[in-house]
This record gives sequence, C-alpha cells and structure tokens, in this order.
Amino acid sequence: MRKGDRVVAVVATSFQRGCLLAGVLGFAIPLMAAVLPVDRVDVLYHSYNGGGLTVNGPSIMARKQLGKKTSVWGNYYVDSITSATIDVDVLTGASTYREERIEKTLGVDFLQGKTTMGLAYTNSEEQDFSANSVHYSVSHSMFGDLTTVSLGYSRGWDEIWRSTQSKSSFVEEAKRQNFRLSLSQVVTKNLLMELGLETVTDEGYLNNPYRAYSYVDASNPGCINDRCSLTEQYPNTRTSHAVAIRGLYYLPYRAAIKTEYRVFSDTWGIQASNYEVAYTHPTKSGWVFDVKYRYYSQTRADFYSDLFAREGEFEFMARDKELSTYETRTFGAAASYEFLTRGWHFLDKGSMNITLDHIQYDYKNFRDARVNNVAPGSEPLYQFSANVMRVFVSVWY
Amino acid sequence: MKKTAAIVIVVALLSGCAIEPWVQPYERANLADPIMSFGRDSVADSYLHHVFQAREGARGAEGGSGGGCGCN
Repeated sequence: MRKGDRVVAVVATSFQRGCLLAGVLGFAIPLMAAVLPVDRVDVLYHSYNGGGLTVNGPSIMARKQLGKKTSVWGNYYVDSITSATIDVDVLTGASTYREERIEKTLGVDFLQGKTTMGLAYTNSEEQDFSANSVHYSVSHSMFGDLTTVSLGYSRGWDEIWRSTQSKSSFVEEAKRQNFRLSLSQVVTKNLLMELGLETVTDEGYLNNPYRAYSYVDASNPGCINDRCSLTEQYPNTRTSHAVAIRGLYYLPYRAAIKTEYRVFSDTWGIQASNYEVAYTHPTKSGWVFDVKYRYYSQTRADFYSDLFAREGEFEFMARDKELSTYETRTFGAAASYEFLTRGWHFLDKGSMNITLDHIQYDYKNFRDARVNNVAPGSEPLYQFSANVMRVFVSVWY
Repeated sequence: MKKTAAIVIVVALLSGCAIEPWVQPYERANLADPIMSFGRDSVADSYLHHVFQAREGARGAEGGSGGGCGCN
C-alpha cells in the first residue's frame, strides 16, 4: 500500500476492532458468591477523545431476578467512531472516516447453594468486523464465606473483512479462548484481597487489515519522506498470560483505598505491567468521590519496528503503536450522588455518576512520521493524551 | 523431603475444610459497605477496561467485571 493507493473510505484502528466490551460484563465476582447480583438498570454515555480518535455512544444494562435462584441480564452498547489517526493516515493517505459498532449481550446467572453459575452470549457487528462469543463462569464460596473461587471460560469467533473490498474477495477468521481463575479472600474485617489469572489464546487472522509497516526506500518517489509502506504481517497465533493482585482496605473514617498490580507476557514478546492506586471517599450527604492514578508500561513485540530496513525484511512485520515500547499514565476522578435512598414506589434507590480520566501516552520507539523534514527513522517520538468520560444513571429496584 | 512436603500439603488441604472463619459474620459490616467493592459499577468499569484493552498490548485479569476483547 503505497502513497498512490489512497484509501479514502473507511479504515479502522484497533480501537473498534470488535472489542467485546461485555465479554463477562455481568460476571462481576461478588464478595460472597452465594448471592445473585441485585436488580438494577444502568444508562451510560461514554466518550473517548484523543490522538485524532473520537468514540462515543450509549451503553444500557439491565438485570432482573426471576424467582430466588435465577437472574437474567442484557447489555446494549454502541461505539460511534470518528477517526483520523496517526496509525494509518500518514502512511496510507487515508482520510477521516466514521463508523459504528453495536454490541449486544444476553446473560443468565443461577444460584445453587454456595455456587453461582453464569452463561452469556455476545454479538458485535460493524461494517468490516463481526464477532460472536459465549462465556461461562462458576463461583463458589467457602470457609465461612471468607473465600470465593471463580472459574471462567470464553470462546469467540471473529470474521474480518475490509470495508473497501467486497466480502467475497477478502474475508478472514479468528478464534479466541479465554481461561480465567480468580480467588477473593477476606483477610481481616477491613481488608479484602483478590488474585486473578487469565490466559488468552488467539488463532487465525490477527492483523488489522488496514495497518501498514514502514520500510526505507529512497529510490521510490511514491513514498512519503522515503518511508514506504505495505500491509502488516502478523503471526497467526498468540497466547498471553496475565496475573493480577488487588487489595481493598477500609479506613477507620469510612473511606477505602484500592491497590492493584498486574503483570503480563505473551508469545509475541510483549511484557507489560501496571499498578493502580485509588481512593474512595463517601460523605454523609450522599456523595461518593473517587480519585486514582494508574501507570502502565510494556516492551515491544518481537516483530515490531518503527522502520524496517527493506521490504519483506522478516516473515512478520508490524508498526502498530500498541505493539511498541511505551508507557501510559492515567489520572482519574469520579463523583457519584445517591438519590431516593429511602425508596420510591418499586425503586430502592438511584445514583448519578460522572467519571473523568486523562490518559497520557508516551511512545519509546514509535515515531511521528508526519514530520517529514528529517531523515526517516529520526522523527520525534510520538505522544498524545486522551480524555475519557463516563456519565451514567443507575437505578436499583 | 518430598514425602514430608506431601504430608504437609495433604494435612493443610484436609484441615482447610474445617477452617473456622476468623472474621465472624457480625464483624463484616465494613466489608459489606458498597465502597468495599472491586467493581461498584460493572457497566462503567467494563468500558474503561475496553479502552485499556484497545490501547494497550496487555490483556486479561482485569478483575471481576473485566471482559474478553476480540481486538486485533
């Protein structure tokens, strides 16, 4: 894909590649597993803005108990995307595009003694991506409800094509499996700990079909600043492992501190870790305030390079900035206000919430190829920031 | 050595079935407070996990309301 092959129509970034938000959305692991989640409705508006990408839309989730041992839930989620990102536009000459992703999930949870079981099905559709997945989870409470063990398994089937091509001429598939294990533990009357492990395996077409790797070719006048580009080549398999430990501590004056540390590695050579510290402060007037800081860093994939020496230098080549070496810092704040705390008709209570997060991305080996008055490979390192907003109303009944 | 370790593990597992809760039900008021939840609002938490999954190479073990991501 050289400069002349201008992609004017829709192109995609990894943001909307059929991400299954609601994979296990309804499977929030309760402190004590021997209860079903409470009945509630959430109506949320979300917005992401940064790096030339704007994504917003609604998410509506409802849950209702049927009898004493069954709870059903559903989620309807929309991403409306407007993008002119650095990932594809600079090298391919693609223009701003708009598209929409709609994701629907239906789930059911069963309670039997000290055990809860959950089943869910998710479908996600956009104009060049279709994903279906099923999810199963089981949680069991033991040792006087001090310990909860949870197991989860998900399986997904993706179909990928290009919006710029007919589906009959280009369509690929990928299969995914997730294995989850979680252990929640009451340590003291003020301290909760949680250990989570997850292995994910992917098999099939794992590329973003629009993205390109970059290589040097000073002899090709069709390239931008001697940077030529061709469609990326990814391996067809990926397996990753993540381990996280979390703590939640109740402070004497009714407030809470949450900490998290997670490590990650995969067969593509990426190693990552993140930590988070959060503080929750409720007031007597019904407000709850949260602040948090999160730091994330990762190393590059083995087949990532900002600029390869020549066309076809290796079997696998990629320039996705999500596969590069970089770090992110997230500052977050939230405010929540509870209303109808004494109930009203069939309602138990409600809450209004706003959450703002500011994320700073600093890349260590992904360069801003829009700068074309320097030699290729010596452009300044890329960085950008994004603002994420969530506004939602919740009602319990 | 291996035999001793095996005995210790078996005894620990068997005795685990008879563990007395060291935090009694009447001592769990603080733990039952809504602020003592790893994910108070799963619909909002899942969205942020979605943002991180799409923008970061790491994935998995996001917590109770984390989700699988079919990103590529």
